[in-house]
Amino acid sequence: MSGDGRAAGEGDWEEGTPVPLYIVTGGRTEAGEERVLDLVTLIVARSEPQPGMRPEHVSILRMCTGPLSVAELSAYLDLPFSAVQVLLADLVGDCLVEARQTRAAHTAAADPDVEILKALIDGLQRL
Amino acid sequence: MDCNDCRTPPGPRREDLLPASAERSVKVVVVGGFGVGKTTMVGSVSEIRPLTTEETMTQAGVGVDDLSGVERKTETTVAMDFGRITLDERLVLYLFGTPGQQRFWFLWNGVIAGALGAVVLVDTRRLEESFPAMDRLEQGGVPFVVAADNFPGAPVHPARELRSALDLPGHVPVVDCDARRSDSSRDVLLTLMHHLHDSATATREVL
Ligand SMILES: Nc1nc2c(ncn2[C@@H]2O[C@H](COP(=O)(O)OP(=O)(O)OP(=O)(O)O)[C@@H](O)[C@H]2O)c(=O)[nH]1
Ligand SMILES: [Mg+2]
Repeated sequence: MSGDGRAAGEGDWEEGTPVPLYIVTGGRTEAGEERVLDLVTLIVARSEPQPGMRPEHVSILRMCTGPLSVAELSAYLDLPFSAVQVLLADLVGDCLVEARQTRAAHTAAADPDVEILKALIDGLQRL
Repeated sequence: MDCNDCRTPPGPRREDLLPASAERSVKVVVVGGFGVGKTTMVGSVSEIRPLTTEETMTQAGVGVDDLSGVERKTETTVAMDFGRITLDERLVLYLFGTPGQQRFWFLWNGVIAGALGAVVLVDTRRLEESFPAMDRLEQGGVPFVVAADNFPGAPVHPARELRSALDLPGHVPVVDCDARRSDSSRDVLLTLMHHLHDSATATREVL
């Protein structure tokens, strides 16, 4: 699809390229830590909710007594992905949650992990 | 707690929890044209009731750094359906279905970046509608397999014909599927994983 092929339908955009909101709002989401938080990064609480926390942080800590992906948190909290990234960046920064290892974006496709692929094949075959 | 709270618990039900040992996760995306069965496929293989995550997209332009200008920018919401398959004590697969109607899903960087691979669903009556999605995957360097949904009345193309109609290189697997069936959707995912595995080991031999 070329840039000019976009004329049909959904005419709510003018010229230019849209980007996720968090890139524009900048600030904390550009700080670095949250870059590791993919949609599928697994989050686990390392702490109980504490008095004075903002309600979204409390909800996250309550939900993440076991591992849960950022995408699931976003769905259950009914908040956009980037908003959840910001909330989690705070919690990760304060060591209140653990973000478990996920595939880093730069290893995608170019360097698939054969062991993981074998585990995926075995797991799917068992279904 | 009253019954309103009981009906809408703020979080996963007990049966939706992952094993405490889960530590690795991978992301696969299901792409394709409008109404081709992406949501159906996500739902048919998922162990959880499919969920939806959203991203607010906004238009970059002049004065991006000017926060006062942000509110005036055009915004739209892109929603993705997703499901989950727990493969073993450690490993979880998440399957994301892109919306066929929205033009800018691929700019939601977290969707294509880091994806292990993709399934391109095609309706053989409307092959051309799958081209934009395939272009995006190629640009993002995400390997994919093509799965042709057998809709009633759709022409049945032998894989070889489909491959040439879609201008696919020989190594890209092309399979038939019924996205409504979990075993068929599972087999599509298996085809993708075998494809990724073969490419990974072939690369290794060359090195
Ligand atoms: N016969 C047949 N029907 C299917 C198949 N997959 C999906 N459908 C039907 O096609 C319709 C559209 O399916 P969806 O899963 O909503 O398609 P989608 O790609 O998510 O659609 P958008 O998100 O709107 O682009 C539904 O009525 C499905 O039941 C299939 O493999 N075979
Ligand atoms: Mg859909």
